[in-house]
Order: sequence, then C-alpha cells, then structure tokens
Amino acid sequence: MATLPDNRPVDLTRPGYSTPVIAPGYNLEQVTAKIANVILTTKIKLGWFGVFIIAFGIMNLLLGAVGYLFVKGTGIWGINIPVGWGFAIVNFVWWIGIGHAGTLISAILLLLKQSWRTSINRFAEAMTLFAVACAGLFPLIHTGRPWLAAYWLFPYPNTMKVWPQFRSPLIWDVFAVSTYAIVSLLFWYTGLIPDVAALRDRAKNPIAKLFYGILSMGWRGSARHWHRYETAYLLLAGLSTPLVLSVHTVVSWDFAVSVVPGWHATIFPPYFVAGAIYSGFAMVLTLAIPIREAFNMKDFITDRHLNNMAKVMLGTGMIVAYGYATEAFFGWYSANKFEFFMIQNRMFGPYGPMYWFLILCNIAIPQSLWFKKVRSNVPVLFLISLVVNVGMWLERFVIVITSLHRDFLPSSWGMYHPTKWDWMTFFGTMGLFMTLFFLFIRVLPMIAIFEMRTLLPQAKVKH
Amino acid sequence: MKPVGIHGVMAEFNTADELVAAGRRAYAEGYRRMDAYSPFPIEALDEAIGIPHTILPWIVFAGGILGGAAGYGLEYWTQVIAYPLVIGGKPLHSWPNFIPIWFETTVLGASIAAVVGMLALNGLPQPYHPVFNIQNFVDHGQNDRFYLLIEAKDPKFKSAEAQSFMTSLNAAGVWEVPN
Repeated sequence: MATLPDNRPVDLTRPGYSTPVIAPGYNLEQVTAKIANVILTTKIKLGWFGVFIIAFGIMNLLLGAVGYLFVKGTGIWGINIPVGWGFAIVNFVWWIGIGHAGTLISAILLLLKQSWRTSINRFAEAMTLFAVACAGLFPLIHTGRPWLAAYWLFPYPNTMKVWPQFRSPLIWDVFAVSTYAIVSLLFWYTGLIPDVAALRDRAKNPIAKLFYGILSMGWRGSARHWHRYETAYLLLAGLSTPLVLSVHTVVSWDFAVSVVPGWHATIFPPYFVAGAIYSGFAMVLTLAIPIREAFNMKDFITDRHLNNMAKVMLGTGMIVAYGYATEAFFGWYSANKFEFFMIQNRMFGPYGPMYWFLILCNIAIPQSLWFKKVRSNVPVLFLISLVVNVGMWLERFVIVITSLHRDFLPSSWGMYHPTKWDWMTFFGTMGLFMTLFFLFIRVLPMIAIFEMRTLLPQAKVKH
Repeated sequence: MKPVGIHGVMAEFNTADELVAAGRRAYAEGYRRMDAYSPFPIEALDEAIGIPHTILPWIVFAGGILGGAAGYGLEYWTQVIAYPLVIGGKPLHSWPNFIPIWFETTVLGASIAAVVGMLALNGLPQPYHPVFNIQNFVDHGQNDRFYLLIEAKDPKFKSAEAQSFMTSLNAAGVWEVPN
C-alpha cells in the first residue's frame, strides 16, 4: 500500500484504478515548491553537471566541423552528383520533425482539452525550440558560405536588385520554418510569464530576482490580466495547430514538388506530418523518462503520461506504416518503370539493409506497444523510444539517398558515403540540443507551475 | 519622490471559492473598480467582478489580415513588378505558388498580434505596481493565496468603509495598499 505526501494510504492495486495525472495529496504551495526548488537552489546536482559537460563537449564537435566547413566549403562532405542532398537535409528533416511533438502537445492537446498534457508541455515546447534551432542550422550551413547565400533565402533589398524565387518550395520552407521558430518561441514565453513571476517572488538571490523580474515583466496575477492571457493563449494554440501541420507539409513539398521517383508522391504531406509527430513523441519519451527519475518528478509525470505518449506513438506509427505501404503500392501501380525500379532498389538495392532496418525500428518493434505490460514497463518504453528515434532518422536517410543515387541514366549512378565531417556535424547538433536543454532545466521551470495548480482539487470553483 | 495617497484596499482569502464569493458580494455592494489576484486563472471571476470581454481577438484578426496582406504583397511585388522572372512557363502572377507563404505570414502576424496585444492591453511590462507593497502578497500572491482589491478610484470608495466591508467577508487579512 502506497502513501501519499499527506500520509493518507492509497490502494494502487484496486481494480479500475488509473494513475492520475498528478499524484494526490498535493496543495498549491507544494506544487510551486517542488518545481521551483529544482531551480532555486545553489546545490547543483553532480549528475546534471556531468551530463552538461559531456553535451558541451559534443557540441564542440559541431563548432569544429562547421569551422572547417566554412574554411573549405561543402567539398568536405560526402555529397556529390548524383547525391547532391545528403546529411544536411536528412538531419534537417529529422530535427524539425522532432520539434513537432512539442507543438502538438502544447497546442492541439490543449484544444482537445487533454489535461494530461499539462505536466509535459513546458519541456516539450523547449524541446521544439531547441530542435528547430538544430534543424535551422543545416539549411544555413549547407550553402557552405551562408553569408553569401542570404539574398536568395531571405527577401531583403540588395545591391543586385534580385529577390528570392517565391515559386520554389525551398523558399516556402524558409518561411515555414522561421515562422514556426518565432511562433514556438512566443508560445513558450507566454506560458512562462506567470511561472517566472512565481520564481521572482520566491528567489532569494538578488541576481536571480532581477533575472526573473525582467522576464516576468511585472506579472502580478490580476484577474483582468488572466482573462486576456487565457484568450491569447487559446488563440495562439488555435494558430499553432494549422501552423505545425503546415510546416512538415511544406518540408515534404521540398521533395514532392520535384519530379524525382521516390519523392514525387501525393502521400508525402500527411505521411511526413505523422512521421514528425511519431519521432517527436519518441523524443519526448527519451527526455521525460530520465528527467522524471533524476529530478524526482514521478508525482507530476506519472505512468499515465508515459502510457498516453506510448499510445500516440503507436497510432502515428501506424499512419507511418501505411505511408510506407502506399509508397510501395504507388511504385507498382504507377506502371512507371522508373518508379517501380526505385522501390525495388530501395528494398533490395545497395541501401536495402537500411530499408529493412527502418521497417524493423519503425513498424515491427513498436507493435509491442499494443500490450499494456510493455507500455507500463518504463525501461522497455525508453528503449523503444530510442529505437523509433533511430528508425525515423533512417527513414529520412533512405528517402533522400535511395531516390537520388540511381539517376535516370545508369551512367549517372553513384553511391553516397558520409564523411567524418558529416558525422561530426550530426552528433554535434545533438550536443547543441542537449546543452540547451540542460541549461533550460537548470534556469527555467521544466513543468508549467500555474497549469499544474489548475489540476488540483483546490482550483475547482464550485459556484 | 515619495508616492502619496493609497491605491486601494486589499483582502486575502485562503481559497479560490472564497475569492469568487467575495468578488460577487463586492460587486453586489456596488463596487466596480476592482481587481482580483490569483496564482492561476479562475474563469468564474470574470463574471463575478464584472470583467468585460477583451477586444484581443479583433486585434489578432487584424494582425492576421495585416500579416497575410504583407506576405502576399511582397510576393506579388517581387515576382511580378520588381523582379519578373518566368519559371517553368508559369505566369508571373502564379497565385497557387504564393499560398504557402501567404499562409505562414498570416499566422505570424496573428501570433505576434496575440502576444504583443495581450501584453499591451495588460499594461506589461510594468516595473512598479502598488500591490507589491504588501509583503503578504509578495510572499503568497504567485503561490497559494487569493486577493481581492477595491481600488481607490472607485466612486464609492471610502477606505474605512471598504476595510470593514472586506473584514465582513471573512478575509484572512485586510490591508490598505499605499500607492
């Protein structure tokens, strides 16, 4: 028999007992204290410091790789003709997809009144921002000399009097991703305002008080302010919902609008959006499981959250599986010999093993999530989330590389091999992501304090 | 410069329920210039102390229209007037290709209007506000207590009367808030 924080016993084995979204027995002060005390302490956990140092070290791989890239140009990468798009686009699509789960959790689940989203939305939104930052790096650095390339990416009056080509999906992508980054930042910051106000009034250190004081902008919790705040938050959620769906749709158009077999398919937008949410939820699980352990947040991020996220993964994973099946069907049913060759080559060509490995990671293994035993086994769930992360990266690799490396003429066939600079850049962005994430959980509340308060029974007004 | 006068009278309550009930009573008593403070949004307060519906949605709508017009205008002007370039035999004003960016700038304009509009209507950022002169509010206002404030600007406001009225509502504490 387990006991609650207020020492009341609770029978967790009672039939029909479903883990609540917040462990019972908390009051307003305890919710604030539990989340704020992670930040407002001078004792830095050794584990936090250790992981931060490692992440920072890995981030320096990125610095080295990008530095050398700027000296030498994109020739240091494995790209060449016919594979002109390599790791840069693979990693871009992977990272931007990961970001999508954050917006889904904060916006779409808010509109659907899924109150379980409350304890995971803050760090999922942070994950979105940092993933978009990592993603955004690739289109910039893949130009080799980004300071010379700005004029065809961004519309600004320049001395050459030329403007970006707005009929190109690549420019749509620039607008979609930068809009997504800005709106995600606004959404995240808006959610933070009442929480940093709580930290401001709680902090003892004058520097911390000043820092949170500036960020909170003088928020005081007035009912008139809350009224407009809730309106703004709901409208932002409503705006972010079509936005997040549009972003990966536009990303998929980078491929689908071209006439390359394996890319030119109408299934791409929904299939990419589902894949994005799939990989994003995998990443949320990858982050949430160790964090709730390390910071003792199991009362707020309960097994119910993990179970629900596993179900979302299973659902979106099935849509992705349908996408793979449709692609294969298109290849055959099109009766186009280039299309049919492409799908055969994808499955049984030189990169065939990668295709089957991605099927294993994205379709076969996640089927175990049908079983409640698997969904409630936290270490296994963690492993599955890692498997899906790998699988989704492989998916993008297979889509990009196998469609390009067999050109229409056999004389133009080639192979793509990433170089050590490609790998350093890719791993480096993981270091950047982790560095930003660990800084975030050290200085800002990783769980939305004021939204957690609304889950308490004390917050229900009876009249 | 030393501030003069008082901002109003503030009462502390232990629960959200008590705050909403107190707000109703104060409204019935005829007070109109009131504000309530809580560590989380309480929808029932809007009606209890008579908060009018915000015009924010209209600002967001205007922001969206403006963003969309700017986005489409940029596309039209650059592709048709400033830098006409025929690509793939498409007409210069190939509007279907302009839709994605028009959509993105619409969302961008509306989102920025939502956040900036909300902050502007709330008068934020605001470096100083009298309610923070009450130490109890600083300690508990963003955490676990609920406050009702009758402003001195209320035509019916008399400090002593307001204080005794607040005390009659079973408030946990009543203070005069200096400006």
